[in-house]
Amino acid sequence: MSLTDEMDTALPEVRSAKLGRYMLDSAQKNGILLAFVVVVIVFSILQPAFLSPSNLTNLVLQYAYVLILALGMLMVIVLAQIDLSVGSVIALTGAVAAVVCVRGGAPWWAGVLAALGVGLLVGLWQGFWVAVVGIPGFIVSLGGMLIFRGLAQLLLDYKSLSPFGGVYYDISNGFLNGLFGGDGFDVFTLVIFAIAVVGYAASQWKARLGQIKYRQTVAPWPAFLAKLVVVAVVALAFAWQISHNRGLPVILIILAVFIMVYGLLMGRTGFGRHIYAIGGNILAAQLSGVKVKWVTFWTFVNMGFLAAVAGIVYSARMNGAQPAAGNGFELDAIAACFIGGASTTGGIGRIGGAVIGGLIMAVISNGMQLMGVSQGVQPVVKGLILTIAVAFDLWNRRRSATVAG
Amino acid sequence: MATWAGREDPSAPTELLRLTGVSKSFGPVSVLRGIDLTVHRGEVMVLLGENGAGKSTLIKLIAGIHRLDSGSIQFDGVPVQFHSVAQGEAAGIATIHQELNNVPQLSVAENILLGRLPSRAGFVTPGAIRRRARQALARVGLSDLDVDQPVGRLGVAHQQLIEIAHALDVEAKLLILDEPTAALTAEEISALFAIMVDLRSRGVGMIFISHHLDEVARVGDRVAVLRDGDLIDVVPADTDQARLVRMMVGRDIADQYPRHRQTDGESEVLLDVEHLCQGKRLLDICLRARAGEVVGLAGLVGAGRTELLRAIFGADHYDTGVVQVCGRRLASGRLRQGIREGLGLVPEDRKSQGLVAQASVRENIGYATLASTAHAGFVDRAGQAGRAEAVARRLRVRMRDVDQPVADLSGGNQQKVVFARWALAGSQVLLLDEPTRGVDVGARVEIYEFINDITAAGATVVMASSDLPEVLGMSDRIVVMNSGRIVGEIPADQATSDQVMALAVRDVESPEASGGANPPEVSGETDRAQAPNHGDPIKDGGNR
Ligand SMILES: Nc1ncnc2c1ncn2[C@@H]1O[C@H](COP(=O)(O)OP(=O)(O)OP(=O)(O)O)[C@@H](O)[C@H]1O
Ligand SMILES: [Mg+2]
Repeated sequence: MSLTDEMDTALPEVRSAKLGRYMLDSAQKNGILLAFVVVVIVFSILQPAFLSPSNLTNLVLQYAYVLILALGMLMVIVLAQIDLSVGSVIALTGAVAAVVCVRGGAPWWAGVLAALGVGLLVGLWQGFWVAVVGIPGFIVSLGGMLIFRGLAQLLLDYKSLSPFGGVYYDISNGFLNGLFGGDGFDVFTLVIFAIAVVGYAASQWKARLGQIKYRQTVAPWPAFLAKLVVVAVVALAFAWQISHNRGLPVILIILAVFIMVYGLLMGRTGFGRHIYAIGGNILAAQLSGVKVKWVTFWTFVNMGFLAAVAGIVYSARMNGAQPAAGNGFELDAIAACFIGGASTTGGIGRIGGAVIGGLIMAVISNGMQLMGVSQGVQPVVKGLILTIAVAFDLWNRRRSATVAG
Repeated sequence: MATWAGREDPSAPTELLRLTGVSKSFGPVSVLRGIDLTVHRGEVMVLLGENGAGKSTLIKLIAGIHRLDSGSIQFDGVPVQFHSVAQGEAAGIATIHQELNNVPQLSVAENILLGRLPSRAGFVTPGAIRRRARQALARVGLSDLDVDQPVGRLGVAHQQLIEIAHALDVEAKLLILDEPTAALTAEEISALFAIMVDLRSRGVGMIFISHHLDEVARVGDRVAVLRDGDLIDVVPADTDQARLVRMMVGRDIADQYPRHRQTDGESEVLLDVEHLCQGKRLLDICLRARAGEVVGLAGLVGAGRTELLRAIFGADHYDTGVVQVCGRRLASGRLRQGIREGLGLVPEDRKSQGLVAQASVRENIGYATLASTAHAGFVDRAGQAGRAEAVARRLRVRMRDVDQPVADLSGGNQQKVVFARWALAGSQVLLLDEPTRGVDVGARVEIYEFINDITAAGATVVMASSDLPEVLGMSDRIVVMNSGRIVGEIPADQATSDQVMALAVRDVESPEASGGANPPEVSGETDRAQAPNHGDPIKDGGNR
């Protein structure tokens, strides 16, 4: 192959992959999504109540905090770091909010601001040690795990503090419904989901046009349409179900906004791309002029912020703060990232993957609770699934590397 | 942005960079002492020196990666002290670093623009990224490359070209190239030199580091020679090679390719590869190497040389075929079995495959012999240290002591450490993939002498190299690979670089478009092999 001639060889206008090949490829690439679908199907067969309106609603309310944590954790993991302190930060920020609102009688927003402020302080603290001093995040956050848990206990005087009530409580338990009426179901919920589906289809279409413009291989037409239809059907079916319950949960809107914002942040901003660069090869990033310390610092600050958001969401859901709140949540978030395809050595991982990973964890926990699986069995199953998911992912990746190479 | 000070205003001063009394130490080790050096606009300043002489350290001082201990730097007429790479780039200094510095997981396009991703309202603009990446790639002759694939999928040479593109994307006044040619084949080197000539005509100043002396006269204007942290002299680029070598190493080197040939083609077959196939990468490879023989593997990048060596060694699986070492058949992908039967591999990319960067020189040298020399499961520490010390001295590894982490060694010295590991392991069949990449002239001769010694003792060496003079000068037999096949075999004493290149570039898929269809590239290589250096590989071979 010569390097200098063939420079102007025209490329074909639209490179559309062969359908069969494409299905195989995308099955490989989206192994985690398939796993999610399988898990959902398995539980809906084992326990028909799983897909009931009230359970689906409950699922969203109950596990929102894992997804929020997973967003920040994914960034930390892609950076080739880890944060073990987020569970303790949930307890601390929840405690702060409770002290402000419940004990101090301040309005709900004062509690929220105070909790977010403390979360940012936590992030600044840990970011300083990791980015400026250069201590590995594992050690810093191991310390943080103890420090913030202790502070939460001191703040709450070893007792739980409740109830929040009012708007604060509604953050995690409120619904938007009845805006457009409806008979036995909520039209508003359906409208919002319909808008979301149209938006999704439009963005996929735009992306496809972009790919064609840049002469990349695109999905064949039937596969592209099929994907849109499947997504639309699943989303609308989900909307139909929850609209028969209590309508659109507030927390679902909050979640959607966060997922979109962080998806954009990681995929489309210089900051996000630099996180990938640092996690992939810190030396190369440094020599290319990436501000490694700066990016590391703000990633940890952001993790503190998101842990505070999760703390608010969780304490609102519980309608109170407990000294032991959030115990072990860091592991759920970390597991969500790894199930979602993040690499343990950094540089690889997607927000979408972490969200699906979090959903898998949520569905499994919820499904097992519904089925009345005993307490001890649940963590065993979760642990096995984490191990197998990551092993499967590795195997899958190796195989596709051989195929592609 | 594309205005070149030198061209805009002919009366502008031609001086671009001036170093005055620049010194640098790492802890107690003084690496550079009182360097005074000037680089002009439109000038290529070649930096020569042995491994560890301080070349990379000097350019890192200029680029803003290390801080000066004393002295001063004047760039573009103003005194500067950059505190980061970004500042240096903003002032107009672009650097291609010695080691590959890609982020393997990121796309080609993002790697090229890393540190300066174009964005609008805070969001990166994929369209602009692709466009600029394509522009930069077109300049290095890779306009067909898919810019969205992750860099980690590409071979070393392509990765090197991507780094060159990364630097060319900056409209630099000063371009620093630290051994950019080490990972490239003749063709790509010619393309790079064409780029350099173009930049020179536009008034860009360049600092160029290489261990290939024939490249000095091809692109250089002046040569600065460093030895042990001191600037020995600055001389014109057409200074004869013997003198340059003497200035570099402080002694004469009579023969750059001192091969002692001794085979008569009748000795025992140590390595026997039959009908080896691996996907589309290796197609029906048959190869034999006899005791006392050096088999050179020539070919272009992507011809399958690395893949072949890795498959033989057991680092990768193959689909069909047989590999026998010393008469014993090896199973596919069984690396440990291979080592036990006497195989050794010096890999192509020392950083990701050859070395544990944070471990000491002693440990790195000892990994392959850790198990075999252990007593009752305990590592023979004293013995390992002694042996490592001896080999390291023999190969002239420049280090504080054997306990220094290899990450702190200069690039060429790291390569010697990888080599030393297998030297110590006493392999009967030594597979070398670019064994002297980045190694200086003096140390290269040490490595060649080592090859002579082990072949004289009855071992065999299979050496893949893109350095054609090396293949011609050190092999007994040259096997040429092309697109995963073996396309020819030439006894080294009859081979010429034209012959080898003609086989290597021939389009094997369609034999019509064959042979010297690409005369420009071939002639680039001819220059290199037949430059008037003493120790002309071909003649030497004939004399013995
Ligand atoms: N970060 C560091 N810490 C300690 N010592 C270092 C460091 N970087 C370089 N050195 C030492 O400085 C000396 C010069 O290294 P440098 O990389 O500049 O050599 P070089 O001339 O580029 O050699 P090569 O041709 O092998 O690339 C070496 O002895 C090396 O061990
Ligand atoms: Mg160097």
